Amino acid sequence: MSELNASEPLLAVRDLQVHFPVREGVLQRVVGQVKAVDGISFEVPRGSTVGLVGESGSGKTTTGRAIARLTPITSGSVRYAGQDLSTVSKAAYFPYRKKIQMIFQDPFSSLNPRMSIYSSVAEPLDIHFKQLSKSQKEERVSQLLEKVGLEADFMRRYPHQFSGGQRQRIGIARALAVEPEFIICDEPVSALDVSVQAQIVNLLQDLQQELGLTYLFIAHDLAVVEHISDFVLVMTEGKIVEQAPADAIYSNPQHPYTKKLLAAVPTL
Amino acid sequence: MPDLLKVKDLKIAFQGSDESIEVVHSIDFSVSGGGETVAILGESGSGKSVTCLSLTNLLPPAPSCTVSGEILFAGQDILKMDAKALRQIRGAGIAYIFQEPSASLNPVFTVGYQIEEAVRLHRPDLSDAKARTVELLELVGIRDAAQRYRAYPHEMSGGMQQRVMIAMALACEPKLLVADEPTTALDVTIQAQIIDLLRELRSKLGMSIVLITHNFGIVKGFADEVLVMYQGDIVERGPVETVLSAPQHPYTKALIACIPKLGAKQHRLTTIDHEMAASQ
Repeated sequence: MSELNASEPLLAVRDLQVHFPVREGVLQRVVGQVKAVDGISFEVPRGSTVGLVGESGSGKTTTGRAIARLTPITSGSVRYAGQDLSTVSKAAYFPYRKKIQMIFQDPFSSLNPRMSIYSSVAEPLDIHFKQLSKSQKEERVSQLLEKVGLEADFMRRYPHQFSGGQRQRIGIARALAVEPEFIICDEPVSALDVSVQAQIVNLLQDLQQELGLTYLFIAHDLAVVEHISDFVLVMTEGKIVEQAPADAIYSNPQHPYTKKLLAAVPTL
Repeated sequence: MPDLLKVKDLKIAFQGSDESIEVVHSIDFSVSGGGETVAILGESGSGKSVTCLSLTNLLPPAPSCTVSGEILFAGQDILKMDAKALRQIRGAGIAYIFQEPSASLNPVFTVGYQIEEAVRLHRPDLSDAKARTVELLELVGIRDAAQRYRAYPHEMSGGMQQRVMIAMALACEPKLLVADEPTTALDVTIQAQIIDLLRELRSKLGMSIVLITHNFGIVKGFADEVLVMYQGDIVERGPVETVLSAPQHPYTKALIACIPKLGAKQHRLTTIDHEMAASQ
């Protein structure tokens, strides 16, 4: 943890814009822009979970990728623990790759089928913890697997030997390998059965308590987002149309789009 | 209504490396004709998808997979039919829509071509298959159907692709539609639209539906009867409202409880205790 005062948010996004050029014709001239993220601002306090909800195409995944610098930013700023990440050089950004990690939606495509679980989970250690010996790395991978509720000797196996829920746990173990502070969870439970979804959501909450993690939780299902988040952002067409504490979003939705999302959640 | 589909003592086993593993243990159920909807609920691995594939004998042939029991469709046993008779049932009698529309469509042909292929195959009597295809696209709520006929799958969203799959399934007016997790890969808002579409088509065309899902949420208000499958057995069955309001089996209770509820902030979500569920 840094020595910064606790009142400052861990992440502060200001007027973030991510535009993609639309090219056409033989010369691939730029004929327009897709405004995937169109001027959004929000903050994520340290140790909290902020939910980002919206339909496919609303720009929520692009927002997550832009924060993790996997997609270039068109304009605006992303401040992490007081440092503006949008202007730092690639080299200066390197330590933040360790602090900011991502968990992806599809546990089938996010693990390399030809790499053993050990290789997948230990790969980030080779980059950020070069000093570790082979046996120390093995020790660390087995601890990580146990932490996410798997058995240590699973590390010798390959992705196809695991179910979707187990693969998502492996993805979480890999994200935790470099001891991050901030995890961007991009639809981590959308591809899972409801019963497995409940296990993964509980695991993420346990890990947050144990390790003091901060989450940006991206999903399209408002019921899951409301459950896990302290604060919810509702996004559509590249803009945040409503932001409120999780319980207020449900009890007193303001924007028609939020109401539409609430109405779409099946009730029992 | 007489039974359109009657499944008796259905057992499905796969050949493992040294022993045969039974994945569905003697289940019975039936679906009435003319618009009854039966939902089969269960987690991955409960046997619900292999059950639905067995309905038109789509599982791999023996010895790798053995299916026993009776599957009576309009009085005829599917398991005793030869390949030619099965072709008459597949599509025209029982049609399917699957979970992942982008994996079910061929990326190099237009959606119109792919629907028309099904129309030509099953309705050789029609002189204008294209007109019928456009009509089907309109039926599933695709606007500018004549234009969208020429679209490739990648030019459509997931919800639109699923509508195309439904149009293809409806090409030969099946009496029974088997929907295997039709909305699992879709957003909640699109999920609501697809369920509404199925409800509308059911009343318009009078077809019966077998809906396979792991989510109790989409069953309510859509299905008449629900079967809960767990590890190859039907552990609970009954009218949807009864099962939802007073579930008897601990597995059913857990499956209902693990869905996050809006506005009811729980500290932790309920998970399924498999030892407890299996002990019953």
